[in-house]
Amino acid sequence: MVSTFQNYTRYLVIVLFAMFLVACETVPKESATSTSSTSSTAAVEIKDGVYVGSDTVEMLAIDVPDRIFFAYDSYSLTKAAQNTLEKQAKWLKANGSVTIAIEGHADERGTREYNLALGDRRANAAKDYLMTQGISSSRVTTISFGKERPVNSGSNKKAWAQNRRSVTVRTN
Amino acid sequence: MRKLLLYLVPIILFTNISYALIEIDITEGNREPLPLAISEFFHDNNPEIINKKITENIRTVISDDLERSGLFSSIDDKAFIQNNRSMHLKPRFADWRLIKAQGLLTGELAIEEDRLRVEFRLWDTFAEKEIEGLVLITTIDNWRRISHMIADKIYERLTGEEGYFDTRIVYVAEEGPKNKRIKKLAIMDQDGANHKFLTSGKELVLTPRFNPVRQEITYLSYFKNLPRVYLLNIQTGIQEVVGDFPGMTFAPRFSPDGGKIIMSLAREGNSDLYVMDLTTRVVERLTDSPAIDTSPSYSPDGKRITFNSDRGGSQQIYVMDSNGRNQKRISKEGGNYATPVWSPRGDLIAFTKFYQGQYFIGVMRTDGSGERLLTENWYQEAPSWSSNGRVLIFYRETKANDAGDGHSSSIWSIDLTGFNERKIITPVDASDPSWSKLIQ
Repeated sequence: MVSTFQNYTRYLVIVLFAMFLVACETVPKESATSTSSTSSTAAVEIKDGVYVGSDTVEMLAIDVPDRIFFAYDSYSLTKAAQNTLEKQAKWLKANGSVTIAIEGHADERGTREYNLALGDRRANAAKDYLMTQGISSSRVTTISFGKERPVNSGSNKKAWAQNRRSVTVRTN
Repeated sequence: MRKLLLYLVPIILFTNISYALIEIDITEGNREPLPLAISEFFHDNNPEIINKKITENIRTVISDDLERSGLFSSIDDKAFIQNNRSMHLKPRFADWRLIKAQGLLTGELAIEEDRLRVEFRLWDTFAEKEIEGLVLITTIDNWRRISHMIADKIYERLTGEEGYFDTRIVYVAEEGPKNKRIKKLAIMDQDGANHKFLTSGKELVLTPRFNPVRQEITYLSYFKNLPRVYLLNIQTGIQEVVGDFPGMTFAPRFSPDGGKIIMSLAREGNSDLYVMDLTTRVVERLTDSPAIDTSPSYSPDGKRITFNSDRGGSQQIYVMDSNGRNQKRISKEGGNYATPVWSPRGDLIAFTKFYQGQYFIGVMRTDGSGERLLTENWYQEAPSWSSNGRVLIFYRETKANDAGDGHSSSIWSIDLTGFNERKIITPVDASDPSWSKLIQ
């Protein structure tokens, strides 16, 4: 009935092309340097709209963070995100029986339906990168929660940056 | 829902020609509400009518409906000079004009063979004549719907547009902290009465939409952690997944004939639009872009579709033919646009706009011209039209503080004119409202 789904390679090409396009365009950035919360740490927590701190981050194993962060309305992977995903790939290779789900999330500053699509983009951006690192797609499922499951309930730039994320969770 | 037994018997109108002075131009916007005198409905001291307070209830529902529209005000009955049953046959028009009533509603009730007989007449106090009248016969417990129908008749007679009071709203009821929100489908009459939860809250549910012709809702459920579009029959409570898709389906809406569902399918990170015929179960792909295509909505004739896409680099509104051809961007005033919904009158598209950190609900013509922003706030989205295309409901959220407290979500309504903004009261927080057509 839905025969169009057979051609997976075509989709992958489209996804990679779309990632290339996004990487080329100027993504609207939020004013990056200031966090509106009165955090006692002087360290910069948001760089170019992407959260770079360690609050909310959990570990899948020692030195294997479970999540990566994104800029506003973006699904391109930062160097730090790629670095985290490489650690996850290494851990997955060392633990061949582990299967995972990647949850894609958005912040609250977007319409519900668009954010569901954006969360799906983010989860798949992470999945695609794991695949380039040699992880079989059969071990990875994705799910988008859009803006439905924020990790930080605040309405400020730091909360939004922490909520723009994809999180890798074990499914077995 | 129990089948409504209803007979409509038109009262002999003295004339079909309208000389009425009281006509409202509802395109005018912020006009003074038209003062109406809504009298009690008289009866022969029927004990059941007295016990169930039917007289008071009918009057309250009619008067609340009309007042909420912002177009009418109901005169306090303490000011009434003529206050006996004779007004239903022969109002003393001068007395009613004296208290500034431009229209007068009178009525009588009776119970006949366990059925409620409701007769009403609407009088023009300046033209000194009856301008609307009807007898409605129904089960006694149906007094509330009868009241909405009478309010619809009055609205229709005085504005020239179909009423929208005998309708319902389905929405997502929200409870609990923001990061662990419990969401349930809920349904209520347009005025908040007959509130009922339709799901338990065990699964995350989002974006319910009414079928325009059947007692059916389509929505997104995370049942078994597989986000998919579902159908819910309101009468039987039976839920079923729509189609067998290899990825998340979301943003569903019915076609105007209720026979198809249009929705997004997310596949490998790309969301495109699909339509499924509910009878044949045939699926057709409508868009094929590497961008996000979502929030589709049919034109009332079913020939066109408006949708949201970021294919041009930012979220904008597009229209296309219902077979996917002639895709064209229409939003052009700057900012990001989302959730386009085609007016039931066909001439306008309502939308959410995000511009300079604020969210707006607005309308534009179907070619993108004539944009009008109706309301601005910290966060609001997802307009849904009243059946007559005169009113929009949407949801609005409040900003949380840094500790995550202070967040709330509620449904609001606003007239197409941008006036008469009102919060719709719900038992718990509310989002994603969808407004039904007039109940058949």
